[in-house]
Amino acid sequence: MAELVSLRQAVDELIRDGDTVAMEGFTHLIPSAAGYEVVRQRKTDLTLIRMTPDLIYDQLIGMGCARKLVFSWGGNPGVGSLYRLRDAIENGWPRALEIEEHSHAGMANAYAAGASNLPFAVLRGYRGTDLPNYYSTIKFIDCPFTGETLAAVPAIRPDVAVIHAQKADRRGNVLLWGIVGVQKEAVLAARRSIVTVEEIVERLDAPPNAVIIPGWVVSAVCEVPRGAHPSYAHGYYNRDNSFYRAWDAISRTREGFLEWMTRHVLGTRDFAEFQRSALGVPAYRL
Amino acid sequence: MAKMDYTADEMMTIAAARMLRDRQVCFVGIGLPSAAANLARLTHAPNIVLIYESGTIGTRPDVLPLSIGDGILADSADTVVSVPEMFRYWLQGGRIDIGFLGAAQVDKYGNLNTTVIGDYRKPKVRLPGAGGAPEIATAARDILVIIRQSPRAFVERVDFITSVGLLDATTDRRALGIHGNGPAAIVTDLGILKPDPATRELTLASIHPGIAFEQVRDATGWPLKAIDGLPVTEAPRPDELVTLRDLNHRSKLSNEKAVA
Repeated sequence: MAELVSLRQAVDELIRDGDTVAMEGFTHLIPSAAGYEVVRQRKTDLTLIRMTPDLIYDQLIGMGCARKLVFSWGGNPGVGSLYRLRDAIENGWPRALEIEEHSHAGMANAYAAGASNLPFAVLRGYRGTDLPNYYSTIKFIDCPFTGETLAAVPAIRPDVAVIHAQKADRRGNVLLWGIVGVQKEAVLAARRSIVTVEEIVERLDAPPNAVIIPGWVVSAVCEVPRGAHPSYAHGYYNRDNSFYRAWDAISRTREGFLEWMTRHVLGTRDFAEFQRSALGVPAYRL
Repeated sequence: MAKMDYTADEMMTIAAARMLRDRQVCFVGIGLPSAAANLARLTHAPNIVLIYESGTIGTRPDVLPLSIGDGILADSADTVVSVPEMFRYWLQGGRIDIGFLGAAQVDKYGNLNTTVIGDYRKPKVRLPGAGGAPEIATAARDILVIIRQSPRAFVERVDFITSVGLLDATTDRRALGIHGNGPAAIVTDLGILKPDPATRELTLASIHPGIAFEQVRDATGWPLKAIDGLPVTEAPRPDELVTLRDLNHRSKLSNEKAVA
């Protein structure tokens, strides 16, 4: 049963050094506040899994929290590069980063396999691409019924899944809507899970087919309003495109990045304080 | 109507939009493909079904999304499905007529690279990676590519095949178990390239107005051939230009708006 706790407590108790952590959210509902808290608590040697690393993993990688990244598209959407991710891959800064690269279809299927308690996922995928030449985690098998050659990838089974959602009730039942990505699969594939939400309400009042993750499969629920910023929470606030553009400048150099992270993330106690520090003025205090 | 001036990018987007047909089901990449697909929807193809990998099906955004998962895609969609459902039921399920992709590099056989420039293990430039493209490239019935033409982008052989095109001169896609036909056309700011039916080599099939063949050849990293009787692409019509500029203007205003 989900405990309603502070984000600090959830990260402290549920994410351990060396863990495999999947922080999901496909452009929408990215658990940014949780990412900052992981940096703040100086978690290290993490294997990070995420289809679209985005700013949240640029920050974790640039701060040296990760030893490995599993991903399928690593850019700043609509803007350009993730410079900290590139610096880690191209130059090993601040530490060498092992990567395992997939397609979206491969990762989406691997999450579904994890949630289904299967050892691997099977798909019509990776045909003709060079990715299988570099990774032993992409193999081809023959269908036992038709003989068709199909791709296989191991199931994703994170130690911890971290997602952001719109609402939870006091029993920890979680409701999300809009672009729902792979969050349900990520939570069900993981041993432990942290869900940050815009608000905790008395009743979810959701229609029967809404995407609800029952509280009894969630470890911790934390109320963190605006916790998906600079991504968005459908029905609450829009994507902050200007921050994605600002990040391009903040993250371009090691010095600028470290200064920003030290001041606004390490130098604040929680997400509310971070927002006052980093987002209090329109220019994001570059 | 009077002739209007236009940019090379506008010509490219309009030429690509014209290749889409009404009522087709089109799986759209972000950026240049998204602009062209929405232009088609706002001009000659009002019933085209646009699908984005974020899970939005039948979406009709009023402005071009900056990211593949902007809220406007969900708000204006017939339905929004999870990402595993998107790739399993809708793409792998064989529901897609046209996969519409961009790329950093394309080669003579229409193979696409969005992964690395240089060696994979020691890349000169690390690009974003595959995203949905490898499976779009094989599961959609036909592939349309839109990309600006330059010697760096149009290479003899891509550094990394992220998404397979027609492979090479001898290997048949079908022998790899691929069902889709692969690239039908590559639309650029200089012209339209199509695979030669005999050699599979991308060959210039139409040249945009005011462009010399030498210009296209010089922007191509292999000895480019043109089809006999090379036609000139129809210049953008005023209605196409006005619709595209309105769309770009609305999108710019919307994406610059401060956080709500």
